[in-house]
Amino acid sequence: MPIFSYLAIPTSGAKEILCASLATLPHCEIIPSDNQEVVVLVTDTPDEATEDELQKSLKNLQSLQSLSLAFGYDDKKKKGR
Amino acid sequence: MKLNRRRFLKYAAASSAVATAGAIFPGASFGSWQNLSNNSGLISWQKAPCRFCGTGCGVLVGVSDGRAVAVKGDPNCSVNKGLCCMKGYHSVQMLYGKDRITKAKVRKDGEMVEVPIQEALDLIADKLQKTKDKHGKDSVAIYGSGQWTIPDGYVASKLFKGCLGTNNVEANARLCMASAVTGFMTSFGIDEPMGCYEDMDHANVFITWGNNMAEMHPVLYSRMLANRKRRTNVTIIDFATRSTRTSQAADKSILFRPQTDLAVANAICYEIIKNDWVNWNFVNEHVSFHKGKTNIGYGTEDHFAFKDKAEGISFEDFKLFLEDYTPEKVEKISGVSAKDIKYMAALYGDPSLKVTSFWCMGMNQHTRGTWINNLVYNIHLLVGKISTPGNSPFSLTGQPSACGTVREVGTLTHKLPHGVVMNEHHREMAAEIWDVPVANIDPKPTYHTVEMFRALDRGDIKFIWIQVTNPMVTMPNLKRYRDGALKDDRFVVVSDVYPTPTTDVADVILPAALWVEQEGMFGNSERRTQHFAEIVKPPGDAMSDTWQIIEVAKRLGFEKQFPWTQDDYIGKIWEEYRKFHAGPKHEMASYEVLKKRSGVQWPFVDGKETRWRFNAKHDPACTNGKDFDFYGKKDHKAWIWARPYEPAAESPDSEYNFWLNTGRVIEHWHTGSMTRRIPVLHNAVPSSYVELNPEDAAELGVVNGEMVKIISRRGEITIPAQIKGRGIPPRGMVFVPFFDESYLINEVTLDAFCPISKQPDYKKCAVRLEKA
Ligand code: SF4
Repeated sequence: MPIFSYLAIPTSGAKEILCASLATLPHCEIIPSDNQEVVVLVTDTPDEATEDELQKSLKNLQSLQSLSLAFGYDDKKKKGR
Repeated sequence: MKLNRRRFLKYAAASSAVATAGAIFPGASFGSWQNLSNNSGLISWQKAPCRFCGTGCGVLVGVSDGRAVAVKGDPNCSVNKGLCCMKGYHSVQMLYGKDRITKAKVRKDGEMVEVPIQEALDLIADKLQKTKDKHGKDSVAIYGSGQWTIPDGYVASKLFKGCLGTNNVEANARLCMASAVTGFMTSFGIDEPMGCYEDMDHANVFITWGNNMAEMHPVLYSRMLANRKRRTNVTIIDFATRSTRTSQAADKSILFRPQTDLAVANAICYEIIKNDWVNWNFVNEHVSFHKGKTNIGYGTEDHFAFKDKAEGISFEDFKLFLEDYTPEKVEKISGVSAKDIKYMAALYGDPSLKVTSFWCMGMNQHTRGTWINNLVYNIHLLVGKISTPGNSPFSLTGQPSACGTVREVGTLTHKLPHGVVMNEHHREMAAEIWDVPVANIDPKPTYHTVEMFRALDRGDIKFIWIQVTNPMVTMPNLKRYRDGALKDDRFVVVSDVYPTPTTDVADVILPAALWVEQEGMFGNSERRTQHFAEIVKPPGDAMSDTWQIIEVAKRLGFEKQFPWTQDDYIGKIWEEYRKFHAGPKHEMASYEVLKKRSGVQWPFVDGKETRWRFNAKHDPACTNGKDFDFYGKKDHKAWIWARPYEPAAESPDSEYNFWLNTGRVIEHWHTGSMTRRIPVLHNAVPSSYVELNPEDAAELGVVNGEMVKIISRRGEITIPAQIKGRGIPPRGMVFVPFFDESYLINEVTLDAFCPISKQPDYKKCAVRLEKA
């Protein structure tokens, strides 16, 4: 049950499109910056398979230039330790 | 419950990302983000200083089910005002690496075997006592860290200096800020910066001297950038030996040849005098002029000894000394154009501009580290730009408590919590507070760090206890010191949280509590003491380094000096320790005040923090009736020093034709033993590399990722090349980060040091390269 947060950087001038695309993806919440070309993305997926699916969808977004991980939490890893 | 918990985790995730964005895009705002922190207490948040760098950001650690799950910047902490860098945000994950050391281990028949921690402590006490009895008090030593908490360092000093009677107490901060200390002592007679981070909100010009702040002090750097964005009249100059992320964001990047910062600083002073930009009122009232010895050596031989001798000189003598440093002459030595030297001098000289200079390892890890610290103070003193908001020569520190534990507690061979072992009154004070006979405290310092490990190699030291540091990665000329530690009749105790090359040479390994698994205090770069509580339990048998030392002290018969219980020891130690600093020059806040606040700056007098020392408007210790009082010196003046340019200990020649420079990257903390266990940070920079200038790489015939052999007179390593990465060295220089134990760059470095501070120079030695 991973929760991650990222900084999503849009390709030039595509912040609005990126926000619209991310908003349609399941398990995603976004917080766009009011004054900078950056969007905070928080993902909360129920299992690894869904997480993998989501990752694939993110990779396919034309409006997304880069995604940097800011925070990661994974229940499964916790139990394994 | 579960839903709420996840909601809070998502909140922590969002807060982490929002603040990371703030660090990368200064001033970024996220109006749609709801602040949920006041909702249900399923995650409880408690304050602490960040575990990593000397910036000393305040953080809030989120705990759920007894486990630290998240970190956010502490909005109440004036250092970072809610921001953190990526190391800070991910820091809780360092607590939970799967190979965490949780049990004590003892070497039996060559194998490390798990034992109950009490058995390991018995063995340490027994071995320490027997070694001392057989070989004398100076055959035992403790080597700690600027990541020691203040109580850790305090009990170490009390046990070794006060009870066992040896000055064999050193800390890795000798490797990172000893030159800053001797710089302060020689220029001002008292340690630590006169200014504070608030200087950043007032300065018009920032000059970073060999200091890649964008990676090493990222939150401060983003505060600087935010100031530039907010105010129109802010300029940032990066003065360095290689291009870095700091250079990229600066308004101007000026590169100088290694070691020639000495000549450039003198040329700036020359220009200031030539153009009559001297602040004569300030200089006449508050400054005196001095010179010391020259051709002072490099310390590469065992038992090297040096003592400087100050001689008063006149302003005219100083002016004459600077005749050798005209911008045109210095251009030839330094590679910095006379025009750029004059430009920097004009910024310092313009009375309408407030100037802050920042530096850290570039100036401190320098065989003339004390001198270059003096020279930057010279510049600020000549123009009177010091101790006032925005006018600040600011020596940043690397580690979270290099100031708090090493400089203030005095965990160096010559130091005591107040003053030095050589001073009879300081010994008497320590003996009284420690309740030991004054004769116990030896008036002679023994070994500084490099010489301590040389003594271990020679066999003069037989027992060494290493806590919270990883010298088998960080010592320069490493092979000698590793071989020394492995010799048959040496006994090495290592307290740590993860296996490292240093635990590899240990005879006993003690599991240590890490960061908020214990109560403690750190002291950051701006004289700020920061308390943290035990927020989560340490795993297995792990215990605080402080308590490990107390356990051994009690076994050695020093119950009277270490009477505390595990319930109350930190508060009691703090109240004992702060007696050393009573008085307006260094008064520390009480334990109760520290517990409540997100850090308190000393001197803390009558409930008030002192932000600008030596300035009568701000500093209650000023007593001379003037606007400034440099009370550290007997003449109540700051000292300007005539210090010449002298070359590095080893420079490129026809055989070894490259400079080797070493350092850090933003993702990793020092030797990486913690950050390499944090997946996000490890994946960002999984291994070390050598940065090459693209033209040198082409000449050598290597492309990105290909292996390069770096060879010096001491050793060699083979490491992947990085070309046009985040840093670009000039032609003739390579740079290697030291965080990766798979590529031990210190096999190659040289153990030359500043003869005054005894701090080694990790930034300059000669190597040659081969395509591997
Ligand atoms: S800048 Fe330093 S103190 Fe602040 S969060 Fe980063 S590592 Fe921690």
